[in-house]
Amino acid sequence: MRPALVLAFWLLVWQAGAWAVGQDFLLASPVSVTRRLVELVGTAELWGAVGHSLARIGIGFLAAVLAGVATAALAAASRVVDELLAPAMAAVRAAPVVSFIILLLMLPGGSRGLAAVTSFLMVLPIVHTTVLEGIRQRDRGLLEMAAVFRLSRWRRLAAIDVPAVLPYLAAASRVGIGLAWKAGVAAEVIGLPEGSIGERMYEAKLLLLSADVLAWTVVVVALSFATEHLLGALLARGQARLATTPPAEREVAA
Amino acid sequence: MITLRGVTKRYGEQVVLDGLDLDLPDGAVTALMGPNGSGKTTLARLVLGLEEPDAGEIDGLAGRRVVAAFQEDRLCEQLSAVGNVRLVLERTRVAEAATALREAGLDDDALAKPVRELSGGQRRRVALVRALVADADVVVLDEPFKGLDRAAHARLLDVVRERTAGRTVLLITHDAAEAEALGAKVVTLS
Repeated sequence: MRPALVLAFWLLVWQAGAWAVGQDFLLASPVSVTRRLVELVGTAELWGAVGHSLARIGIGFLAAVLAGVATAALAAASRVVDELLAPAMAAVRAAPVVSFIILLLMLPGGSRGLAAVTSFLMVLPIVHTTVLEGIRQRDRGLLEMAAVFRLSRWRRLAAIDVPAVLPYLAAASRVGIGLAWKAGVAAEVIGLPEGSIGERMYEAKLLLLSADVLAWTVVVVALSFATEHLLGALLARGQARLATTPPAEREVAA
Repeated sequence: MITLRGVTKRYGEQVVLDGLDLDLPDGAVTALMGPNGSGKTTLARLVLGLEEPDAGEIDGLAGRRVVAAFQEDRLCEQLSAVGNVRLVLERTRVAEAATALREAGLDDDALAKPVRELSGGQRRRVALVRALVADADVVVLDEPFKGLDRAAHARLLDVVRERTAGRTVLLITHDAAEAEALGAKVVTLS
């Protein structure tokens, strides 16, 4: 079935639900939400909140990617580091996100970096575990070849390690960016950092403006979708470049 | 000279090499022959330093650089033929990669493509050239002509002969004519 038909079907279900409830403040109709969304798009309020949340969640996500790659590399290189990090990563992954949010809010000024830290903690174990698996799955034959020919660390990194690990990093990043938005906005709704999307959603909830809550939800979904696809395109470009760029222009002359 | 004395190698219960004595004279080709499973590749791995013997000693490798054309091609799939060869060359010698590959019969089109797009025979040539051009005192060639047609085989025999002249070579092969063509001393493992 065509995606447009599927979308139309679910919009009709939503519209039917809104008619059945009969109270716009309990369940706003798609028409009300669209109208509110169009109003918000023209306001500085929306773009300010988007900028606020995007910056913090983005910083948390990028920091988690960098830290996750670094910890995975360390864990791959040292069994002791791996044994120390494995339970810590498992604990961070298993712990309820709300526990971290509450702990952060107990710190002075904790709400300021709340979305960034929450996103960081959601993404870090995913990147760590997936990239570590990628490092471990490198072609053993190529690693032996590198040892026999005494390739420098940089040549091995460019020719063997990065091409092997990049697909794993891409997969972890795609999963992680969606989680970062979910956890980051949830943290904002609880911690209410000023000017954030979460604060706007909380205010809408207080005033029983379900059209506003849903309009902001659409904004978050769109941001999550857009950042996931932007990231996917960047990583695909990196992978394609690794696959096609003549080496004379790239790594091995280093 | 590289000398192996009483070299034993086991994988679990299986004894692959049992008290082997062998000399690899400097500047000469030694061909290892024998049936599958007789320990030829294991011996090559010991000389390459990829495995340690369970007993016995290997002398004469200190300070010498040993490289190999492995039985499998072991190429970086995303790199071109030139890229794979340049990978093992010093910066001052990278221009030699294309020359050596052309010498081995690769045309300009094949030089620039990622090796995953090359035929089995072309890939084999890249793996062999990589070992031949690397700066090394000892070259291990594990079934280096596997999968090559007759014309390519003859051409590469010449290339190997020229490029390994004066160096110590350990050749693993099932083909006595190949060993003879390279003037090798044949050692048969049973």
